[in-house]
Amino acid sequence: MSELMTQPPGVIYRPGTSDAEIEAAAASAERRRKRTVRAWQVLLLVVLLGGWELLARAKIIDVFFFSSPSAIAARLYDWIVHGANGTPLWFHVWVTIEEALLGFFSGFILGILAGVALGRNRMASDVLTVYIKVFNSVPRVVLAPIFILLFGLGLTSKVALSFVMVFFIVFSNAFQGVREADRALIANARILGASKWQLTRSVIVPSAMSWIFASLHVSFGFAIVGAIVGEFVGARYGIGVLIQIAGGAFDTAGMYAAIVIIMVVALVAEYAVTYLENRLAKWRPAPLQEMA
Amino acid sequence: MTADGKSMTAIRDFDMSVEDGEFVAVVGPTGCGKSTTLNLITGLDRPSAGEVRLYGNPVNGIDQRIGFVFQTDALFPWRNVIDNVVAGPLFRGKSKADAYRDAQVWLARVKLSGHETKYPHQLSGGMRKRVALAQTFINEPRILLMDEPFSALDVQTRVLMHDALLTLWTAARASVVFVTHDLEEAITLADKVYVLTAGPATVKSVYDVDLPRPRIAAEIRYQQDFIDLSHTIWNDLRDEVMKGAAQSDAAA
Repeated sequence: MSELMTQPPGVIYRPGTSDAEIEAAAASAERRRKRTVRAWQVLLLVVLLGGWELLARAKIIDVFFFSSPSAIAARLYDWIVHGANGTPLWFHVWVTIEEALLGFFSGFILGILAGVALGRNRMASDVLTVYIKVFNSVPRVVLAPIFILLFGLGLTSKVALSFVMVFFIVFSNAFQGVREADRALIANARILGASKWQLTRSVIVPSAMSWIFASLHVSFGFAIVGAIVGEFVGARYGIGVLIQIAGGAFDTAGMYAAIVIIMVVALVAEYAVTYLENRLAKWRPAPLQEMA
Repeated sequence: MTADGKSMTAIRDFDMSVEDGEFVAVVGPTGCGKSTTLNLITGLDRPSAGEVRLYGNPVNGIDQRIGFVFQTDALFPWRNVIDNVVAGPLFRGKSKADAYRDAQVWLARVKLSGHETKYPHQLSGGMRKRVALAQTFINEPRILLMDEPFSALDVQTRVLMHDALLTLWTAARASVVFVTHDLEEAITLADKVYVLTAGPATVKSVYDVDLPRPRIAAEIRYQQDFIDLSHTIWNDLRDEVMKGAAQSDAAA
């Protein structure tokens, strides 16, 4: 009878069917499901890494080409403690991140400005579209040697490469977003009294934002690609340099260790972008199925 | 002009005048050029021949005295309720403090006080329309154009919206041109009902609705004189609806 005492007066439930009990049961089922998912994720990781390690130790796969998780971990530890290529590891990592960030932000901001400006100006976009297509058809990595020649082995050449990679993605998304802005919203704003500039600022840009954000995830990846390819071609510091050196010395553990570092950097960036997106787009309805 | 560059005659010899403070409803078969007419009055589009006059002056660009309620949802989805309502006054250069104070007043009139910080996607269809009404009325338009504003709502909500609209209109005394395909809606709201012909549209006939005001939308449709009037206008409209349907079948 004790559970009947906690119910609102006048309402009597059969045991186990009160609102509180049903909610508690649903919550614990949800917790169980989450634990199961997490357990399977860990198990999968252990099986993959353990299998790799075992196969390498049993000499079924060639450690010369595939290395082994323990060797990669040992190399990472060595780099963290003693530095890599005569320089502390964090410095290499920071150089690459700095290049990628500078390229990303400059490309992102100029890409939005150019995309919105061209999207709002019919004449200019009709004139320039063909040239933009031509430039866009150039694979960006072939510019790396030119940028090294132009800007030297330092920071500038990698930032430039990151920039061109990010710029065109953001530009074409912003342009498309401006063009796809809802006609009803534009008509409404005009009748409510918006001037051309007010229309751009308070209707066109916000409605293009979802297109621009869609490009954000991809473009940060490309910013890192730009920085690393630039480092391959010519640099003194950076993760790209580490991979280049390890490759030259047939040091597969070193190459994989550098890849692990890049993975970590890219994942952190991905989370940061998602966080930013959620903060800025709080007006959007929550997705039906929350992504895990 | 249509998008593919061919000219299309949506309306021809279209002559209609609206008195100050009058509520006019326009009914006609689908695709007869009702929306075109409204776009011409606002200045969103320009006529290929002839001219539209407002208070004796030709329409040239968007007129500040006009308000427009759209058929589709035209609230800014990235702004919350009150920021949607203040959009017009801020565009027109009012101070922030004044705009937000007025917005509170209008939100109270459409019974949405307490929902200021919600986003449009969190509201029901009827609430969104009420925000749209507040957004339009806050600019104090002398002429209010409405393009099938309630056609997306369910029947019960629509009746509530009719009452809300009549209350706002009575307070604001704007001239209203209300386009609809729903004859009962037209008679419920309007002083005058224009029946249009199938496209190209011209005015076929005009009916005065002399039902007394204030009207209660939920009740009026069961009164005998409402039913009689509705019957008369429908007989007139039916031929055009048939013609319009035949035209759109032929075009498809």
